[in-house]
Amino acid sequence: MEQFQHGRFSVPGPGDPVANAVRRSISSGRGALTRRSLLRAAGGGALAVGGVGALSACGIPAAGGKGGEAAVADDFSAKEKQVVFSNWTEYMDVDEKTKRYPSLDGFTRRTGVSVKYTADINDNNEFFGKIQQQLHNGQDIGRDLICVTDWLAARLIRLGWVQKLDPAHLPHAFANLSAQFRDPVWDPGRAHSYPWTGISTVIAYNEKATGGRKVDSVTQLLDDPALKGKVGFLSEMRDSVGMTLLDLGKDPAKFTDDDYDAAIARLQKAVDRKQIRRFTGNDYTADLESGNLAACVAWAGDVVQLAADNPAIKFAVPKAGYIFSSDNLLVPARARHKTNAEKLIDYYYEPGPAAQLAAYINYVCPVDGVREELAKIDEELAKSPLILPDRAMAELSHPFRPLSEAEEKSYEEKFAKLIGA
Amino acid sequence: MTLTEARPVKAEPPVHKPSTRKRLVPYWLLVPGILWLLVFFALPLVYQASTSLQTGSLEAGFKVTWHFRTYLDAFGEYWPQFVRSLLYAGTATILCLLLGYPLAYLIAFKAGRWRNLVLVLVIAPFFTSFLIRTLAWKTILADGGPVVDVLNTLHILDLTDFLGWTEGSRLLATPLAVVCGLTYNFLPFMILPLYTSLERIDGKLHEAAGDLYASPATTFRKVTFPLSMPGVVSGTLLTFIPAAGDYVNAELLGSTDTKMVGSVIQSQFLRVLDYPTAAALSFILMAIVLVMVTVYMRKSGTEDLV
Repeated sequence: MEQFQHGRFSVPGPGDPVANAVRRSISSGRGALTRRSLLRAAGGGALAVGGVGALSACGIPAAGGKGGEAAVADDFSAKEKQVVFSNWTEYMDVDEKTKRYPSLDGFTRRTGVSVKYTADINDNNEFFGKIQQQLHNGQDIGRDLICVTDWLAARLIRLGWVQKLDPAHLPHAFANLSAQFRDPVWDPGRAHSYPWTGISTVIAYNEKATGGRKVDSVTQLLDDPALKGKVGFLSEMRDSVGMTLLDLGKDPAKFTDDDYDAAIARLQKAVDRKQIRRFTGNDYTADLESGNLAACVAWAGDVVQLAADNPAIKFAVPKAGYIFSSDNLLVPARARHKTNAEKLIDYYYEPGPAAQLAAYINYVCPVDGVREELAKIDEELAKSPLILPDRAMAELSHPFRPLSEAEEKSYEEKFAKLIGA
Repeated sequence: MTLTEARPVKAEPPVHKPSTRKRLVPYWLLVPGILWLLVFFALPLVYQASTSLQTGSLEAGFKVTWHFRTYLDAFGEYWPQFVRSLLYAGTATILCLLLGYPLAYLIAFKAGRWRNLVLVLVIAPFFTSFLIRTLAWKTILADGGPVVDVLNTLHILDLTDFLGWTEGSRLLATPLAVVCGLTYNFLPFMILPLYTSLERIDGKLHEAAGDLYASPATTFRKVTFPLSMPGVVSGTLLTFIPAAGDYVNAELLGSTDTKMVGSVIQSQFLRVLDYPTAAALSFILMAIVLVMVTVYMRKSGTEDLV
């Protein structure tokens, strides 16, 4: 963010409070920093560095182009047979014995392109904080392919920080992308992004902690006295507020400011009554497992994995509907290996690799025609509506509408206040 | 805050003046440290100060507009979190002192040949990450876990619930859990300086006090404790300052009503993308801590740190 300008900062010279304090502390005869000199130096130092010129020298320029295209970088794909891929943790099939990624190895065998894979994305907000400075300055972030949730993908596209994809390199992706994912408002025709997975936000509960009761609506989460102090919501604003909007009978795809405020007020009441225990990130899984949380808003992929280990963990899809979002692959501006990245995207839209991935990570697969391939790996999974949604499941799914920058700020601020910070 | 070992050095013999070259040596020795602080402390500070006075948005860019109101608004909006941070950090510091002093005393005077082993045990938690240690507390304090069961049987949780420290019959996601986490995580920072200053006390002083008919309690009150004041001061500073800015404990062990100012800064910076408010909050916290520390050091009347 900072634009450092040379010559604005100078090393303290004589007469400068810092230098004076330093000199005093050395020549005081005790040869040591005492608290007085320390404080004086700290105080004086703060004044010295607070020079007016230095302060106004900093500033953050406007983002690249509003909705415009990112600067196209030179593509080194042909010369350098590699692609750098940053993804979420636990979002790739792993061979437990060799600790390798079988589907990525398949890609390398086929194309000769080696993949540098890092699972260094833990949180959308955090990841944005990490990369935004470089993208702002028009620099390469050292990644050719990143995977972020749709609202962040929308923001990155809006800021002009991602490259347009070349359909000629994406024949399978174009043919096999499920209808449900085809035309998001924030990226018409999928010009910049392809989904890696779909995410269903549902309700999960621990039967042991609820005493055998079923929990299947947000109303129950917010009002059932038996669950008091044992209810969790997600710290992702769109999931928590979106589910509440649905419960209030509003459509998260076209709600108004008043609807949003009503949902926040509904949640706030539950917070004040101590019904809601915490707003959590990924760590809700441990709390649900141990029974600290009896019921919570949860991501379906996690629930499938939890339920496999612990039969007391159940999920429910609220009749009022559920929030459906996606994690998306993007090629950041200035990435060096765009063509290789596109090849990798396309590879995961072939039924074989797609099934291999879905069978391992258990999230909604955005690829048509994987059912047979998935059944070959695991019959049960091929039947699960959490991985391949059936018609009933698809009808209940609702996206959260894209927000303008001003809306995003005001909504996030209200939500931050709700969760205590 | 830099704490430097301050030992009294014998005054130089006043007979001859050191040569110019010799006099410059200390300055040269300071260069690496000053450079380091300039690049990694002073520059970021200037940058943050600038950010706090900017207005704008991500799309339109941020410009310095000398918008001092951000400070007022930020403090007006989030003062409860500031109060809470200072309260939690203060409580944790006092608990650390109460727990740490006897232990440091034991290590310094009574541990004998076990001294090094006990010291290693004090530092041992540092071998695992801060985050893992805090997460371990979630297992220890889990609802229906042994700790909660025992406290429930003894009706201690009823008392703490009455005082507003806990919520119903649980420990996690309550203020008490956050303060416990802070106390645990910063305890070694209290023990080590305490130990260092206690260990330096000459045993003969104790004997002398005994010879003058002072009871052990009087000896402690009049001799040991005053001599250990430098350790008490630096221990409390090393505990209080990072604890006031901590957000991990509040995030993992707390709930919505235990969020500290660190969480607010994080949330403003990463979630709301309101960089000026985040920067202003950081500066307000820094100013509050600086003032408190100054007053505290004046009052405690100790010249040396450690």
